[in-house]
Amino acid sequence: MALLHTVNKSPFEKNALESCIRLALKGSSILLMEDGVYGAVKGTAKSSLVAGAKGKIAVYVLGPDLDARGVSKDKLIDGVKVVDYGGFVDLVAQHSATQAWL
Amino acid sequence: MALEVGGKTIETDEEGYLVNRDDWSQQVAEAIAVAENLDMTENHWEVVNFLREYYEEYQIAPAVRVLTKAIGKKLGKDKGNSKYLYELFPYGPAKQACKIAGLPKPTGCV
Amino acid sequence: MSDEGGTIKKFMYVNRKAPYGTIYALESLEVVLIGAAFDQDVSLAFVDDGVYQLVKGQNTKGVGMKNFSPTYNALGDYDVNKIYVEKESLDARGLTVDDLLPLKYEDEDDDWAEKDSICVISSAELAKLFDQQDVVFSF
Repeated sequence: MALLHTVNKSPFEKNALESCIRLALKGSSILLMEDGVYGAVKGTAKSSLVAGAKGKIAVYVLGPDLDARGVSKDKLIDGVKVVDYGGFVDLVAQHSATQAWL
Repeated sequence: MALEVGGKTIETDEEGYLVNRDDWSQQVAEAIAVAENLDMTENHWEVVNFLREYYEEYQIAPAVRVLTKAIGKKLGKDKGNSKYLYELFPYGPAKQACKIAGLPKPTGCV
Repeated sequence: MSDEGGTIKKFMYVNRKAPYGTIYALESLEVVLIGAAFDQDVSLAFVDDGVYQLVKGQNTKGVGMKNFSPTYNALGDYDVNKIYVEKESLDARGLTVDDLLPLKYEDEDDDWAEKDSICVISSAELAKLFDQQDVVFSF
């Protein structure tokens, strides 16, 4: 069983996403939530972080947080999966533990 | 504090503003107006309905200055002045009309 | 109020935080609306993640928070119509002015013609604007 990492800070404001990806093992998962969802958007100065993790780490993003911020799903980096609150619970259950990158 | 309207208890804060905006109805508005010693005429309703529309669109209750200007634009200059609005709502068009409209106190009012 | 002897000062509100993740954006907006009663020369700047506050299409039903983005449309009614957005911040986030709320105001000096409030400017231009202010509020 692998870890579920959660990132709730904008990659433009904090280096939480960068550190998380650097220190996450292959086969673990990252859930982007709250202001962390901006890290899942393609065509930004920080898109390379999540795009570079492809194939190594599964990246999820919380749908209600995308909607709140007016980020449409067609703006997401390829391979990023959208989950709702129920999906968040499932992810927690499917992983050995959760590590929050605050 | 609370209001009794049609057998239902409607919760209000210590100043008489509705706690839950969804509790509002025309009947509730009439009950608040009675508590404020106001006789609701068509002119009162015009302002109350305007405030509700403004809130629906912008998610705020406008300040008096903004309300006056906007009423003038929508309902004509003879209504878009503070004399007219204070005659309708002697305790302040923003505060009193917002209360009857079931909206929070306007931002910036103390 | 300023007509009764006070001097008009240049007030700028600088917004650098995304909405919802922290309370800064909403607090700033409330202070701007309250402050509008003082008839000063007010402008707003949106820099860094602050530009996300103006993104259109926000829908907060799922997160159970108040969507305060429609309130930016009321700024024109409050005579707050100088809204500067830093181009470099938009670019870094893959955004353009078309992704932002179309904020408008009516120009009293031009027969109430409807005009755009948002002005996208470069870092260099914004730096000069900062320098001209009497008071800067940071959020």
